[in-house]
Amino acid sequence: MNAPQNDRDAVLGRIREALRIPAPLHHPAERSAGGEPTTAHFREWLPPVGPTPDERLALFTQLSETLRSELILCDSAATAASHVARLASENSWKTLGLHRGELTSAMEPHFPADLERLWVDEGYDKDALEASDAGLTECELLVAQTGSVCVTGPSSGGRVLSVLPPHHLVVARRSQLVTDLTEAYASLAAKYRGQYPSMISFITGPSRTGDIERILVLGAHGPKRLTILLLP
Amino acid sequence: MSALSSPPKDQFLQDADRTTGDSPRRDAVRKALHNYQSARNRTGATFTDWKAARAAAATIKHEAVNHLDQYLEEFERQFTARGGKVFWASNSQQARDYILNLAKARNVRAIVKSKAMTGEEIHLNEALVAAGFGVVESDLGEFIQQLKGEAPYHFVFPCMHLRRDEISDLFNRELGTAKTDSPEELTMIARRVLRRTYVEADMGISGGNFIVAETGMISITENEGNARLTVGVPKIHVALVGIEKVVPRLADLALLLPMLATAGTGQHLTGYNSMYGGPRQPGENDGPEEFHVVLLDNHRTRLLADPEQRDALHCIRCGACLNVCPIFKNIGGHTYGTTYQGPIGSVITPHFRGLQDWKHLSGASSLCGACTETCPVGIDIHHHLLHNRRNAAAQKPAPGEGLLWKAFAVLMRRPALYKLATKFAPLGSMLHPLIQGTAVDPVIAWTATRDFPEAARKSFRTQFKAHQAAKQQGGVR
Ligand code: SF4
Repeated sequence: MNAPQNDRDAVLGRIREALRIPAPLHHPAERSAGGEPTTAHFREWLPPVGPTPDERLALFTQLSETLRSELILCDSAATAASHVARLASENSWKTLGLHRGELTSAMEPHFPADLERLWVDEGYDKDALEASDAGLTECELLVAQTGSVCVTGPSSGGRVLSVLPPHHLVVARRSQLVTDLTEAYASLAAKYRGQYPSMISFITGPSRTGDIERILVLGAHGPKRLTILLLP
Repeated sequence: MSALSSPPKDQFLQDADRTTGDSPRRDAVRKALHNYQSARNRTGATFTDWKAARAAAATIKHEAVNHLDQYLEEFERQFTARGGKVFWASNSQQARDYILNLAKARNVRAIVKSKAMTGEEIHLNEALVAAGFGVVESDLGEFIQQLKGEAPYHFVFPCMHLRRDEISDLFNRELGTAKTDSPEELTMIARRVLRRTYVEADMGISGGNFIVAETGMISITENEGNARLTVGVPKIHVALVGIEKVVPRLADLALLLPMLATAGTGQHLTGYNSMYGGPRQPGENDGPEEFHVVLLDNHRTRLLADPEQRDALHCIRCGACLNVCPIFKNIGGHTYGTTYQGPIGSVITPHFRGLQDWKHLSGASSLCGACTETCPVGIDIHHHLLHNRRNAAAQKPAPGEGLLWKAFAVLMRRPALYKLATKFAPLGSMLHPLIQGTAVDPVIAWTATRDFPEAARKSFRTQFKAHQAAKQQGGVR
């Protein structure tokens, strides 16, 4: 079979023909003086987030609980590492997938010697990562309004580390906690200036499903547990 | 399910009869939908101003859909610059052929798929399987429906009509697993089966919730993480997306993602909202080598050409209109016989698949307007159902209907004739039971399943006259 022809011009032609007659807007948005509804306005309509860092953290903490993410406040990378060590011994982990970052590299020397490290930075064996007990990543941002962790390839060891192992550990600083998605997108735009990573993902709680009788089950395909280690 | 050969309307009536008679299942579905509605209301209430948010969402989608050509071209430019490939498909055949051809050219052995209603729409799995490719649905609900050999019941909750014991029996039969009544264990069975699939598959196929023009990205919303694995692990990613899914700017998602989650499932945000802009980029350690986006028209431009109903293309497929629909609650998802069920499906299917064959769906509505009320992008759903009815009647008036209306008009314009008719109505009522439900019954369409209302013994006018007379006699009170 030959590749079918790309019907680009035909589709665009039909679209232009169809759009010759304008369609009314049934629900005109509340507009800023004469303009489009701007992203700054979204904030006025969405669920409110307090203006101070403490209020942001309080909301993030509350949502983490509802979402069944485990949020642990740590005073240093060493403390964060001790929590990883505790989880490793509690759950008899053999292998931990991780990537090199400022925080993860500071934690790694404190991990138990018998916890095998699977570094993913230079590429990795898919089967080995699938068999890992947990994945440790950094993140771009945390989002107070939704309780989300924003990961991208460059910040979090690629596309897969944060979703393939059954337990996802995220380490972040408090300064990474932003108000809402609007601020998150603005911050990503400023950082990457159009050269976005090939994946941006907002993770909101551990993997979940309600497909069977609407009963919540965690760990449908992605991580069953999500632990957020928050540094000052 | 009914044979494919029976016309859609007959199939609809038969299935509606059967499903409305199955009260235990109907009750379970209603209860589940009710719970979704309550969750949605709770989360919606946390919005500072849901109505303003909804108006803004409608405006964003209106802008996107009414400049569709420009935004799709912008998407194509951005996406191509990042190494992605865009294929424009006029119809389902072209879309299927493109994907099949790609799979063959790359010697693909195993395909894993995350949820894509566009895949259902173009019968992609059937085509892949017929060509000898193994394809596994990874979303739990879709996985169950695929094993069952049944179409999704609800486009957001594909297996909401099944009980855990039915799923357990299905797994036992198809996968040889031990029976269990724990949803958790059932989910873990699917997890185990699919883990290997992600690693072994060399092509991942997904849908897309949004096409972001500004940055050349496809945004995918899911709860399970299966889509992240589907498009993260295999070396080829194909996203099959309807052309109407465009939004102009990346930051628009800051509004649309929370609204989709709130309206659809009552979550603040769905578990994973991921934006994919191209295949693996220089310096990245993983991700697919190729990323193809198939932009699917398949009659969407027909709907676009109808300015009155163009806003139906604003739909973000949250499923909220199904969850509140009294018809959906009673007849269930399969009865529709469509890829997109519920009120929005009834609006768009006639445009996609033919008005005369699918107009009956627009009749299956109480016009209560609950769908319009709940829609997060403000689509005028129930009026569009009326528009479909009107258009269908204008295109092809029902036989005899024109005559009936003419007779009615004659009657209504002549009071004397009307009076005569009301005199004879009680007589008709008396005689009607003799022929009720038989072939000569003029109102058989009604009486086959219902009683015909009896004509009043005394007409309103007679009663009113008598009343006035009595009042005069008794004096003015
Ligand atoms: S029509 Fe509106 S309510 Fe229905 S699925 Fe689409 S966006 Fe949701």
